[in-house]
Amino acid sequence: MNEQMNGKVSKEHDGTRTFRVEMLTRVEGEGRFHLEVKDGQVRKAILHIFEPPRFFEGFLVGRSLFEVPDITARICGICPVTYQMSSTRALEAILGITPSTGIRKLRRLMYCAEWIESHALHIFLLHAPDFLGYASALEMARDHRGLVETALRMKKVGNSLLEAIGARAIHPVSVRVGGFTKPPSPRRLQALLPELEWGLEAAQETVTITNSLPMPEFQQPYVFVALDGGADYPLEWGEQIAVSGRDPVPLGEFEKVFIEEQVDRSPAFHCRLPDGTPYLTGPMARLNLFADRLHPRAQEALERTGLTLPVLNPYRSIVVRAVELVHAFAEAVDLVREYTPPEPPYFEAPLRAGEGFGATEAPRGLQYQRYRVNDAGIVQEARIVPPTSQNQPRIEADLAGLGPELLAMSQEEATLRCEQLIRAYDPCISCATHFLKLDIREVED
Amino acid sequence: MTASPLYSGTQVSRVETPAAQGATELGVDPTEKDARGGRPRLGVFKFASCSGCQGVLLSCEDELLALADALEILYFPEASSHLQEEGPFDLALVEGSISAPEHLEQIQKIRARSKTLVTIGACATSGGIQALRNFGNLDDFVHRVYPRPEFIAALATSTAVAEHVKVDYELRGCPISKRQLLELITAILLGRRPEIRNESLCLGCKRYGYVCVTVAHGLPCLGPVTMNGCGALCPSVGRGCYGCFGPKEGANTEAMAQRMLQLGMSKDDVRNAFRFITGYAQAFREESARHE
Ligand code: SF4
Ligand code: SF4
Repeated sequence: MNEQMNGKVSKEHDGTRTFRVEMLTRVEGEGRFHLEVKDGQVRKAILHIFEPPRFFEGFLVGRSLFEVPDITARICGICPVTYQMSSTRALEAILGITPSTGIRKLRRLMYCAEWIESHALHIFLLHAPDFLGYASALEMARDHRGLVETALRMKKVGNSLLEAIGARAIHPVSVRVGGFTKPPSPRRLQALLPELEWGLEAAQETVTITNSLPMPEFQQPYVFVALDGGADYPLEWGEQIAVSGRDPVPLGEFEKVFIEEQVDRSPAFHCRLPDGTPYLTGPMARLNLFADRLHPRAQEALERTGLTLPVLNPYRSIVVRAVELVHAFAEAVDLVREYTPPEPPYFEAPLRAGEGFGATEAPRGLQYQRYRVNDAGIVQEARIVPPTSQNQPRIEADLAGLGPELLAMSQEEATLRCEQLIRAYDPCISCATHFLKLDIREVED
Repeated sequence: MTASPLYSGTQVSRVETPAAQGATELGVDPTEKDARGGRPRLGVFKFASCSGCQGVLLSCEDELLALADALEILYFPEASSHLQEEGPFDLALVEGSISAPEHLEQIQKIRARSKTLVTIGACATSGGIQALRNFGNLDDFVHRVYPRPEFIAALATSTAVAEHVKVDYELRGCPISKRQLLELITAILLGRRPEIRNESLCLGCKRYGYVCVTVAHGLPCLGPVTMNGCGALCPSVGRGCYGCFGPKEGANTEAMAQRMLQLGMSKDDVRNAFRFITGYAQAFREESARHE
């Protein structure tokens, strides 16, 4: 790999060392970072997002609540199900609809499929090349073809499951407020069982592989935040948010506790706790808070790794993600085996005015939405908090924490170490920019 | 690979710019594979978008490694850290709409460095869902909604790439169809024209034998005016099409709107139905304006 690639710039004068990458690669969306260390002290640690804003919270206003899941899906092409699920949850709360167990299970299955697709993509195609010293998975495939083929096959299983339920994997079309327009036939899902079972074994293997990767040593004092899914591992449903070392937060209090503010220099928002502490959401947070709720197969996998909880090394999130991949496959196998189509496929209720909240766990972390609608079901206000805007202050804090160690390294090694750290968060940069605060009273004619 | 009846890539050439004309000479005929001893060179670029259309490329799980062998990937930030932004590219896939000031210059550069430029998806071909802002006043909007508007740089409108440079082919859809993408890449590799079909989704439904959701359930469906490319996915799960592949050429949107009103939709609903994922595509834009 050469210094030219990727616009890396190095500077050293008056004792200041600067590490930066002008175009972050192998992440969703466009961003750059900049880290400045002087006399062993970190002076600047910035993850800058230069995705253009798309104003979702603005144009959701005035739309019918039934259109919302098709709109919010378009926030992210990697985790559209996340956005659809949080939307339907919030809007159903407004209408007083409680989806049946059958609908919730099918949603959970769909969400497992998205985790499979996204985790397989991230572990092998985006993150593993850092550990093994390649610029891309395609390059990695020259030496490790079997590995990349396995990754692609796992990813495909996730996508096939999404297609079976949602007609397509990216921006599925069968999800609606109240349930599904049409649930898949049991035969269609059962046809996928052999591949899902294969995937479960491949995911176990993935845990072993990721656990044997050379792992940089690094630890930070994290506050972990994840959806509390009751008896279930955090995924598509939960009434409150767990925060390590602090009281749980009911969904309706989200915006009081996780304070979002626009960052200088970019169209992205950052979230912090009220005392200014950054927090971490995503696989490491979920595992550290709720390891006891993992599927037994995933618990076994976790034990095999020898990891002790809490995991505090962000580079190790690749192993945690692999454990979650086992979980997603194992749950999907169970859910497909016991599947019968929900009847009725969706619930309806008379329109009414109100406010509702929904939060679910995207592959990369907690995703929260709030809507206020009028009595005709027209959105008056929308608030969407993506995982990456919550993790961004934490990423910057990690980079700052990493600073002193980098001084002993070559420029290239140090820069790579930073990138590898940022990728550990699986940041979804498009998501992080699409949001804006809106006071509807000023906008209405 | 053989052409599927579902392909409906569209050839477009709306804008002729000096940069665009210069481009053709810079590029290399992809059929002359070994002119420089190399494989055709690919660039994948992103403007305002959700990455879903690039995601479709990454979701070609069975073909991805073969594609990586057949093409030299010079620029694809979401997949690789090797970035050779300067090109030149035999094939540029462009996702996303032109939406921020810096995009104006970037797209010219990409055009100038690319032999064949293909726009992928509703964002790149119509401005995408973020073009809903084109129907309001962005300036007021940004200043009212962002606590620190000075850091927000956005153009007043989100527009299709073809509004700015010459586009050789476009793939519709939000997201694009995998089959269409593979057909297009294959055709370009073989130096033939991609199979293009300009048929309505409605016709597609009839061919696949799907029950018409309007006839059977009285549901509004944009199928008669929408380009088929997805394979009629929405009717296949019992709902009407919401037009994510954009208007079919020569679509009679006025008759469609009349039908929707007859089905009991309000004027506002009809306007919003056209003003959606591909709402800034000309035919849909004009129809929605008729229901202000
Ligand atoms: S067209 Fe749709 S899927 Fe493609 S990038 Fe735009 S929003 Fe995403
Ligand atoms: S049926 Fe219409 S809205 Fe649905 S996927 Fe196809 S083109 Fe898009």
